Amino acid sequence: MHRYLTDYILDITQNSFEASSTNVVLKIDEEDRYFSFFISDDGSGMSQEVLSKVLDPYYTNGIKHKSRKVGLGLSFLVQTIKDTGGTFDIKSKIGEGTVVMSSFDLCNIDTPPIGDIPTTLLALISSPQAKNFSIERNIKTKLGNSSYQLARSELIDVLGDLNNSSSLFMLREYLRSQEDSLVEYYVDRKLIY
Amino acid sequence: MAKMTLADLRALRDAKKVDIKKRATEGKEGRVIIGMGTCGIASGAKVVLDEFLTQLDKYGITNISVTQTGCMGLCSVEPTIEVIVPDMPDIIYGNVDKATVETIVKEHIIGNKLVNDHIIDRPASDIMSDDGDK
Repeated sequence: MHRYLTDYILDITQNSFEASSTNVVLKIDEEDRYFSFFISDDGSGMSQEVLSKVLDPYYTNGIKHKSRKVGLGLSFLVQTIKDTGGTFDIKSKIGEGTVVMSSFDLCNIDTPPIGDIPTTLLALISSPQAKNFSIERNIKTKLGNSSYQLARSELIDVLGDLNNSSSLFMLREYLRSQEDSLVEYYVDRKLIY
Repeated sequence: MAKMTLADLRALRDAKKVDIKKRATEGKEGRVIIGMGTCGIASGAKVVLDEFLTQLDKYGITNISVTQTGCMGLCSVEPTIEVIVPDMPDIIYGNVDKATVETIVKEHIIGNKLVNDHIIDRPASDIMSDDGDK
């Protein structure tokens, strides 16, 4: 299992990059009680038959690792959601793409902490498999609301090579400043036992 | 920190370009590859990526690229990384944490010395692709 909710975002968004997608959109919504993410891609998609098996940890299509018998990404996510009273949905169509929707109840004691959003976004934006990738991060709590948007193409336009450590360092500064602008709307959640 | 705009980011990039310091790894072009599969993520690969950026910046190293790959077939010793620098063998390090990252930067990348406690043997050939996942 992953330690942070952002680890699930990183893991599942990589699936979209690996599905021969050109466009991937990640939307992260945070409210007083719920933390949700939506990942949509225009990649290869899955048939109904494959879709019915993807949540099984012992199912993999065998393309990435031909001798492997496990596929844990989505299984981890769904197990955690089931354990913590969240919601999950996946829709996919061959040739059209896949949409994954997850929502976590931040007041459930077993829900993992959110984790480091800037570094997660940095790992995704600099992923060698990403093409057109855009991110929308929203927060809407009793303290107010705000958001920021990111487009990988714009960041490459400014920074050039996203493998170079000094470009990545600057990208991290940028991403941290975006997330910092939302801090005033963070709320303390009381756990419901 | 005030919210940066893309123009601020561009200005920062221009400022960094002018400010070229003498590097500890002058003349070397290298690569650090971080295993960022499900197993790597679950073991803390994201922290390792974050710490590499911090340490490389701390030592003023700008000519090492930091890239990601999927699972290298070494799930039991994640987080794993591969370090490729001139004058040194290509090495896979396992069980890498924050403290190990600084040791690797200081000893392997700058000092041309292996970090013996974390060296891992090459993974099984049925999991690695022919080009070694590079």
